Amino acid sequence: MRTINVSVNGKPYSHEVEPRMLLTHYLREVIGLTGTHMGCETSLCGACTIEMDGKAVKSCTIFAVQADGASILTVEGLAAADGKLHPIQEAYWNEHALQCGFCTPGMIMITKQILERNPNPSEHEIREGLDGNLCRCTGYQHIVNAVKAAAKATV
Amino acid sequence: MIANSFEYSAPGSLKEALALVADGAKPLAGGMSLIPMMKLRLANPEHLVDIGRLAELNYIREENGSIHIGASVTHYDIETSPLLMGKCPLLAETASYIGDIQVRNRGTLGGSVAHADPSADYPAALQALEAQIVLTSAEETRTISAEEFFVDTFTTALEEGEIVTEIIVPIDAGLTGTSYQKFLQPASGFAIVGVAARVRQAEGKFSMVRVGVTGLSGNSYRATRVEAALDGKDANDENIRAAAALVASGQDSSSDLHASAEYRAHLAVAYAARALRSALSRSA
Amino acid sequence: MATTVTKLEKLVGKRVRRREDPRLITGTAMYVEDVKLPDLHHAAIFRSPHGAANIRSIDVSKALALPGVVAVYTGKDILGVGSVVCAADLPGLRKPVHHILAQDRVYFVGHAVAVVIAKDRYIAADGADLIEVDWAPTQAVTDPEKALAAGAPAVHPEWPDNTAFVFDQKGGDYAAAAASAEVVLRQRIISQRLVPNAMETRGVVADWKAADRSLTVWTSTQIPHLARSILAGQLGLDENRVRVIAPEVGGGFGSKLNVYPEEALMGFVSMKLNKPVKWIESRRENFQTTIHGRGHVDYLEIAANRDGTILGLKLKLIQDLGAYHQLLTPAIPTLSVLMMPGLYKFRNIEAQVIGVFTNAVPTDAYRGAGRPEATHGIERMVDILAAELKMDPAELRYKNFAGKDDFPFLTATGLTYDSGDYAATLDVALEKIDYKGLRKEQAKARAEGRYMGIGISTYGELCAFGPSPATPAGGWESATVKVEPSGKVTVMTGCSPHGQGQETSFAQIAADELGVPIDDILVLHGDTAIVQYGIGTFGSRNTAVGGAALHYALQDIRDKAKKFGAKMLDADAETVILEDGHCTDPKTGNSVTFQQIAAAAYRGNIIPTGSEPGLVATRFWEPSNFAYPYGAHIIVSEVDPETGQITIKRYMAVDDIGNIINPLLVDGQLHGGVAQGLGQALWEHGVYDDNGQLVTGEFMDYTMPRARMMPWVESAHTITPSPVNPLGAKGVGEAGTIGSTPAMVNSVVDALSPLGVRHIDMPMTSEKIWKLIHGSKA
Repeated sequence: MRTINVSVNGKPYSHEVEPRMLLTHYLREVIGLTGTHMGCETSLCGACTIEMDGKAVKSCTIFAVQADGASILTVEGLAAADGKLHPIQEAYWNEHALQCGFCTPGMIMITKQILERNPNPSEHEIREGLDGNLCRCTGYQHIVNAVKAAAKATV
Repeated sequence: MIANSFEYSAPGSLKEALALVADGAKPLAGGMSLIPMMKLRLANPEHLVDIGRLAELNYIREENGSIHIGASVTHYDIETSPLLMGKCPLLAETASYIGDIQVRNRGTLGGSVAHADPSADYPAALQALEAQIVLTSAEETRTISAEEFFVDTFTTALEEGEIVTEIIVPIDAGLTGTSYQKFLQPASGFAIVGVAARVRQAEGKFSMVRVGVTGLSGNSYRATRVEAALDGKDANDENIRAAAALVASGQDSSSDLHASAEYRAHLAVAYAARALRSALSRSA
Repeated sequence: MATTVTKLEKLVGKRVRRREDPRLITGTAMYVEDVKLPDLHHAAIFRSPHGAANIRSIDVSKALALPGVVAVYTGKDILGVGSVVCAADLPGLRKPVHHILAQDRVYFVGHAVAVVIAKDRYIAADGADLIEVDWAPTQAVTDPEKALAAGAPAVHPEWPDNTAFVFDQKGGDYAAAAASAEVVLRQRIISQRLVPNAMETRGVVADWKAADRSLTVWTSTQIPHLARSILAGQLGLDENRVRVIAPEVGGGFGSKLNVYPEEALMGFVSMKLNKPVKWIESRRENFQTTIHGRGHVDYLEIAANRDGTILGLKLKLIQDLGAYHQLLTPAIPTLSVLMMPGLYKFRNIEAQVIGVFTNAVPTDAYRGAGRPEATHGIERMVDILAAELKMDPAELRYKNFAGKDDFPFLTATGLTYDSGDYAATLDVALEKIDYKGLRKEQAKARAEGRYMGIGISTYGELCAFGPSPATPAGGWESATVKVEPSGKVTVMTGCSPHGQGQETSFAQIAADELGVPIDDILVLHGDTAIVQYGIGTFGSRNTAVGGAALHYALQDIRDKAKKFGAKMLDADAETVILEDGHCTDPKTGNSVTFQQIAAAAYRGNIIPTGSEPGLVATRFWEPSNFAYPYGAHIIVSEVDPETGQITIKRYMAVDDIGNIINPLLVDGQLHGGVAQGLGQALWEHGVYDDNGQLVTGEFMDYTMPRARMMPWVESAHTITPSPVNPLGAKGVGEAGTIGSTPAMVNSVVDALSPLGVRHIDMPMTSEKIWKLIHGSKA
């Protein structure tokens, strides 16, 4: 067991964990933030996407011990403390960019990174940016619309 | 999909890390290759030493006419490095083809190189760049060429106790053009074939051609027959097509679910031509 | 009491954003894996690595010795538990007994052999790794045609011909039609195995409370009530003491229209241990053990005259069933037979389905379930005929469509199509995409040596499942509308939506009928302890069947509310008007609000004669027929001759799904369906090798559409209301999947037709296309 110290959504945590514990499981089961989902376990679907030290990463392919000292943001940390939704969340809602919702937290987190790096992406750039995230429900068209709408809202 | 138990160390210095590796620990950097294999229990290391966060291995700098890149630099940092984009754009371009944003944010150059996946992107570029790979153990540091480093499928020149610590790529003069062209395996995003071309022209003739290939066979390679066929020839499409046709010769083209040997070899030819054409257009 | 009543905006037909989304976009929704209970235990399942093998012995001692492992169960322990249920039946159907854990033999890779229970999920996984089985592998057979060949290995030794059933259907006289036809064309068409791959895998949490003799099961399912009935039967429990909860469900597409071994297994374990226990399927397990779709080899023959009149269609359908029947397995190909005439008026069909056992996971309902295969068959054959006759494929379709005055239209397979104007829908699609202009563009492209294709599919589907006599497990649906004393409205639907959006569309319907703000309405579903018995969500039925039940329950509420309103206004219940949330006496102009009526109904001190307190209504609605959406999808594609890569240049979908409750949701359903249909046409394939290994068993190897692989889908609608239900809705869940696949193949075949290409089997991988081009040049 190893002790790790992390900040998750602005809150500090310290836990003893087995080295083999995946970061997804740490967030979901130890901290209790179940918005981050495990979809494929092989880093191909992106449902487990979180932000670690400002970078979008797939938490299913990171051991929790590797996150020692990191600052982590999950989908639960996006809305303001008063419950006001993040513009990306609003855009996903307005554009009907989700159906079953399972991939959605990962989609929202990668959208944040796409827009941070390219505030006004083209449709092509959006589709390339979403390459690490699978959605089986929407056919992506409304997700593309949501990223565009979020870009407008945040620019 | 749960890994077997293991011991984990996160030393503060390369020296400490090398001591652990000398004792049999396996280095872990970004983990993009190793962790999935551990979850499938195809890799079961007893001791992981985390070198992914060593500041000593995280740099991109110009030194004596070359660019030196620390092993723990991420694909994203390579893709976006102004130094590389300006002076070794082939490596930056190749990095941009790897996986997806999340994988590029996390995966490292050293980790990918040491893994030596026959479908990985970097080896094509490193072959074409005639890159040097620095291997370090607790006892010594040695530098070998990419061509010597990539021995076979998932097999490198790394000796026990050694890790990849640095990759050295050349700075090309202004008239060099480079390009990486890749045909994707649609499910995984790995290369079915990937071809990196690096050309220089003088007075309408090819004065230097380097071609690196990944994906086609069990190991990346330099397509020296293509290079030789173009050397000194007129820089035109006809010559490119004729030379590209040689790209797979002498290679044992791989066959799998996603591409037969015949199709792979054909794609290698097509993508060699595409890469050469694109590189040539950038070399003016 | 005279009041000015404000007109309320009607919500049906509006793009209302979803009411289920806030929990989903904030990461606070609860899926099965999110269920946490005190002293929760975890299960890991040890599965067969072999496609076919006998089990000589199982040694669980090392697993049991691992600290933290609480119990291990194998096949001999579960003999008291009922086997997996197949609800479908056909004459002479052979039904192998499918125990929830294998007995002395395994039949497919992934077949569950033992379950390990631990207090920690990691230790459970370690324990499963320590189970040792002495295997005696035997030869597997995974190709259904090879399985039918003489001397093939027997999947079930008791049935050496590997044939589960043979089903014949005839309509008219195909043989006579073919004998008189000027043209008879044949084609073998494969509709390959697909892996549904809902983003959330399956998962089960079972919690047995011995003192109450009650079992609560959270399971990722599309059919909570049916699951409850089946689980109670398997476990020998009282149905009313089994509670099944389908919490947030992360996609199904038919793969969760089933009751799997693990549901009863977790119930069994929880009862044995008196502890709650959780099992979450890994992605690899999902590939290997959750049903697959399609799996057809179709031999089609079309008979026609040279003027393009289609006379008949003959089909021999070889269905890869897998090793067992899941809930509906044998029924699925019979739907293909029913839909084989498509939208066309020919009268003669002849079909034979041969259901074949293979050493593979069972096939069952996957989005479209039998109808995509049928549509692909007829729409390909129509294009093949058009090519043979050198007719424009659109013209050939127009010539053979059932006419708009032919409805209700009785098909050659005995279905009665409810309503439609097929030609009008194709008109819209052709015009919107500028079909004539595209053909000119194509001629120009061909002159330049480019391979440009235009593919049309005019699909029809039978959905809104469905009349009960025509379905294996009841085809009605239920709804309860419960008006609370405050006037807030709770709707409980027997449907079990998992992404389709009925928490919103049903609230729209209720808001309009009752004249209450949509925010006052709550739609509940998916919990058998809360919701009256229902059938569930599949077969594009939520709106057309579940919505109809809701409609009638709302009418009951309206009727009763009017009685209370009239009593309160001292008016006549027959003449009062309930509108915009007010009950008004037209004679006096006096009115009371819906909320005042609700309060009065519960207060109980004025009760209309013949009525009773409370304001609750439940309706079970049985449809008299299926509904039959249809549409025209057109795809413009171009093939790169150097690599064989296909690029979709344009995608036009014009669908007629009857009346539309929420266009935003309809667009979403359509886009998703198109993605899955294109997935089949271009990339997806569940491939077993001859040893029974599933070689496309991870996301690494099984290609699904990603954002960069999808075209922009342009869409439009024609609207022909269905007369079958009061909403006039038909259903949209499967339309995109059914329409897109043949349009894609027709487009690429059209692109390559100058090379003499007549048919391409799916998936149309780059290599396959390259070989077609390359081969034709050689």
